[in-house]
Amino acid sequence: MTTTETARDVSAAARLRKTSWYQEPRWQRLAALIGVAVVGAQVTGVEGNNRDIFYALKENFTSTGFAVWLAVCVGIWVVREFAQAPVGSAWQSVKESVKAPAGEVQAVWRKQFWLRVGILSGVLVFLIVLPLLVSRHWQQVLVDQIAIYVLLAIGLNVVVGWAGMLDLGFIAFFAIGAYSAAFWTGSLPVDPPMVLNNFAVIPIAVITCLVAGVLLGAPTLRLRGDYLAIVTLGFHEIVYLGAKNWQSFTGGTSGARVERFSIDLGFWSYSWGLDPRPYYWLLLGFIIVLIVLFIRLEHSRVGRAWTAIREDEVAAASNGVDTVRFKLLAFAIGASTSGIAGVIYASKLAYINSEAFIVLFSILVLSYVIFGGMGSLPGVLIGTAVLVWLPEALRDSVPAQDRYMYLGALLVIMMIYRPQGLWPSRRRQRELHMAEEGTGGADALGGTAGGKQV
Amino acid sequence: MSFHDFWDVLVLGAVLGSLYAVIAIGYTLVYGVLQLLNFAHSEVFMVGGFGGVIALTIFVPAADPSGLQSIGYVALGILFGAVLGGTVAFFLEKVAYRPLRRRGAPRLVFLITAIGASFFLYNLVGKLFGRNPMPMPSMYENKTVVTIFGSTISVTQALILGSAVVMLVAVDYVVNRTKLGSGIRAVAQDPEVASLMGVNIDKVVSRTFVLGGLMGGVAGFLFGTTNQVFYTMGFLPGITAFAAAVLGGIGNVRGAMLGGLTLGVVEAFTVEVWGDAWRYVGAFAVLVLVLMFRPTGILGERVARTA
Repeated sequence: MTTTETARDVSAAARLRKTSWYQEPRWQRLAALIGVAVVGAQVTGVEGNNRDIFYALKENFTSTGFAVWLAVCVGIWVVREFAQAPVGSAWQSVKESVKAPAGEVQAVWRKQFWLRVGILSGVLVFLIVLPLLVSRHWQQVLVDQIAIYVLLAIGLNVVVGWAGMLDLGFIAFFAIGAYSAAFWTGSLPVDPPMVLNNFAVIPIAVITCLVAGVLLGAPTLRLRGDYLAIVTLGFHEIVYLGAKNWQSFTGGTSGARVERFSIDLGFWSYSWGLDPRPYYWLLLGFIIVLIVLFIRLEHSRVGRAWTAIREDEVAAASNGVDTVRFKLLAFAIGASTSGIAGVIYASKLAYINSEAFIVLFSILVLSYVIFGGMGSLPGVLIGTAVLVWLPEALRDSVPAQDRYMYLGALLVIMMIYRPQGLWPSRRRQRELHMAEEGTGGADALGGTAGGKQV
Repeated sequence: MSFHDFWDVLVLGAVLGSLYAVIAIGYTLVYGVLQLLNFAHSEVFMVGGFGGVIALTIFVPAADPSGLQSIGYVALGILFGAVLGGTVAFFLEKVAYRPLRRRGAPRLVFLITAIGASFFLYNLVGKLFGRNPMPMPSMYENKTVVTIFGSTISVTQALILGSAVVMLVAVDYVVNRTKLGSGIRAVAQDPEVASLMGVNIDKVVSRTFVLGGLMGGVAGFLFGTTNQVFYTMGFLPGITAFAAAVLGGIGNVRGAMLGGLTLGVVEAFTVEVWGDAWRYVGAFAVLVLVLMFRPTGILGERVARTA
């Protein structure tokens, strides 16, 4: 090889190595943050309209909101690029100083059985007296939204958190439960074979949802697990369209009146009326019973099978775990929980129509479970309560329709930065971590997505 | 149903089906390279529809356009739809999926991100441009172009069929004959080996998204010319197109075309027989039946094997 050739090779390699200024990570990060500011200004900006479709864009780019976003984002960039050392070390020391006492509290919590019992019963007592302490408006919110969604979320947690599958049609089963309640109490245009009490409808709704869940899940779960997501989404749409268009059976959008709960034991009878509080206590009872059941389930053979399937499906199957059956079981358990919630919802509102079962709500429940921490019951409970309470508290300052946009963004951000959620289950957290290292799994959907760079 | 009606419905179905085929290719390409259901692809389609409306708001069509003007408006609509769709798909991949891919996140995490991104996108568009349906401004006089066996084909239908055929031929060429296409097929077959052979996976994935996004955007504009444009318009066609991709064999480009056409015809006959309210039920029933009896679809799976 002559010298000139070598020189040319070096310069070619150097040209390849050379990066322009805009390829430097620093400037790319600035561009990304400015992008965040642009999108953020749209998210928090004014509502657009159809008459002038550029109205919102024009307003948002000239408003103070955009300036604030830009200032904040550029500020973040400046701090990260030029003051990383002091800020980073300060943050580290804060973390260190919190870590030790937090660890101690955790250790005490794990060791002292009676302390746990004491605190948990304290929380329980607080939950029981809670509706007596708040206004009527918040009582309604507690029942209609928080308690119902908590019930739904602990059901969805079984599917997403424990069995590691994605169910986007959860509200379809809620609808099936609600329409079962309406049908069997004789409230729909079609007469049932016999009119039942609302409480007696609950087992029927559970069985209906179980059957529907198995019928839907059986063909799907045999295949790739991720098909389940889109099949449930489609199923949800079909149930919704059915509820909306099959007027002669469901009453469609104009809806149907439903009987409220009542008990008649002969010597003592009670009817639930307009007061939300009795419904709250009823729901609380259901939630506690289901939580106890689910905790028992999680630590039983079934729960261990779910864990095994999540962490390594092939290994689980070769050790004799019937993977399809257990996945189907989780799916059906989730579906029937949703059905129970549907019966209670219909009986509480005493009125249902098809618009209560739109696809949005399935995604809402999913985002509650993800936010709290999939697979972690305390996480799911707290996550749901916080995320239902927050928009209600911000009702006057944030347009109601925007809620869904924020929840969508929340899902993406959680998945990128904290997939284990607010209050993670230790096992789930470890699994997610393991999956990222390539040493295990964290879901029941088969292998990891492709294109990973090693 | 007379033969005449039958033929009419078939034409409707073919027009619809060619759109589904174009959307389905977006799903199938991404599935091929990432084994990922890109739920947010339906929003790419929706954004394409808004692209058309935006184009025709900036360049307001004349009341009585000449032939050349009409072609210009349609070209503008297609251009805006494609550019917006491609841009959204590009940023979607970059912002939502690439960080997860870098980490090797489990599939569940991908699916949740996808659904979250879809949710965010359509609500943001609804907020920015208003939530009521908007008609696409008329760009041409919608007369009959040709009559086949007594059933008429209008300008809109001819436009949709023609553009869809052009796009389908183009994408088939790109996937099977170009360098990008062999990159896509290599990554679909084995990403690790492909990267050892010098394929830049990040670039291929990003361009796959853009390719799907361009076509999804144009499909959105074309869909908008027959229907209205609104922020949730992506959802149901998206599910149908996904069903089409599965029907043809997910990951298989020609399969997606075949599946799309089939589902379009099925949908047209569903509407004819049971009424418009049950429009999307047929597609869903087909999806479940396919999963039960032939889960790999009509033509079998994987992008890599089409060549």
